[in-house]
Amino acid sequence: MPELIAKSALDGRSLTLGHVTLTEAEPGPITSVAVYPGQGKAVAKGLKTLGLAMPAPNSFVEKKGARIVWTGREQAFLIGVAPPVLEGAAVTDQSDGWTVLALSGAGAVDVLARLVPLDLRLTACPVGTALRSQVNHMNAVILRTGDHAFEILVFRSMARTAWHEIEAAMQMLAARMGMKF
Amino acid sequence: MRLTCPLCGERDRREFYYYGAEDYLHRPSEGAPLAEWDNYLHLRDNPAGVTKDLWYHEAGCSQWLLVTRNTVTHESSAVELVAERKA
Repeated sequence: MPELIAKSALDGRSLTLGHVTLTEAEPGPITSVAVYPGQGKAVAKGLKTLGLAMPAPNSFVEKKGARIVWTGREQAFLIGVAPPVLEGAAVTDQSDGWTVLALSGAGAVDVLARLVPLDLRLTACPVGTALRSQVNHMNAVILRTGDHAFEILVFRSMARTAWHEIEAAMQMLAARMGMKF
Repeated sequence: MRLTCPLCGERDRREFYYYGAEDYLHRPSEGAPLAEWDNYLHLRDNPAGVTKDLWYHEAGCSQWLLVTRNTVTHESSAVELVAERKA
């Protein structure tokens, strides 16, 4: 069978307005790990081969390019690496299902404040936080990857909508900054 | 209105979907008398005060929640995971 060429939803596009940059990230493989009832130990054993464990609610952990993100009760996304052999969990490849947008810069938190009904200031949302919530009406997983950096996972089918919404918020913010100076 | 999801923390009302009374957790066993099924399906209390109902955290962790709240004061005093509730 011919090798198919994987294409991202937004061709890796990037946009900078004012102090904020929005880029489509390429996260690598995304695998959902849903632990079967009472099988926590078996799953922990499998994840240990990557130096990882099931993350606590609302958090993600990164080790050597492998990232594990809490996405629900007894459920996590393993991102950036091929999954190891995992006993005791439903393991599904989700790579094609998601688009990851990286938002960075001093104003990133102000952009998201216009779209997300959560307190994303560093005091309430430190680096390493993973939140399931909404970007306007789109379900999303929001990762705090740096003091001024977020990654936002949305369904691939919503990629262009998410880009549009965030770009609109960036434009409004940039316009306001322009008025000030 | 805000609800404190046991997993996600305090979240806005817009993230939740309301299902109905706690009664839906107490399904009658097979062969139960008709009156019991009638009660399960149709008869609801309408309390002025403490009530328990089911909410779904659809924009968050996708868990069903059992919310104890007060219809008079609008205070929500407890939120439990249905999945981890002791039967």
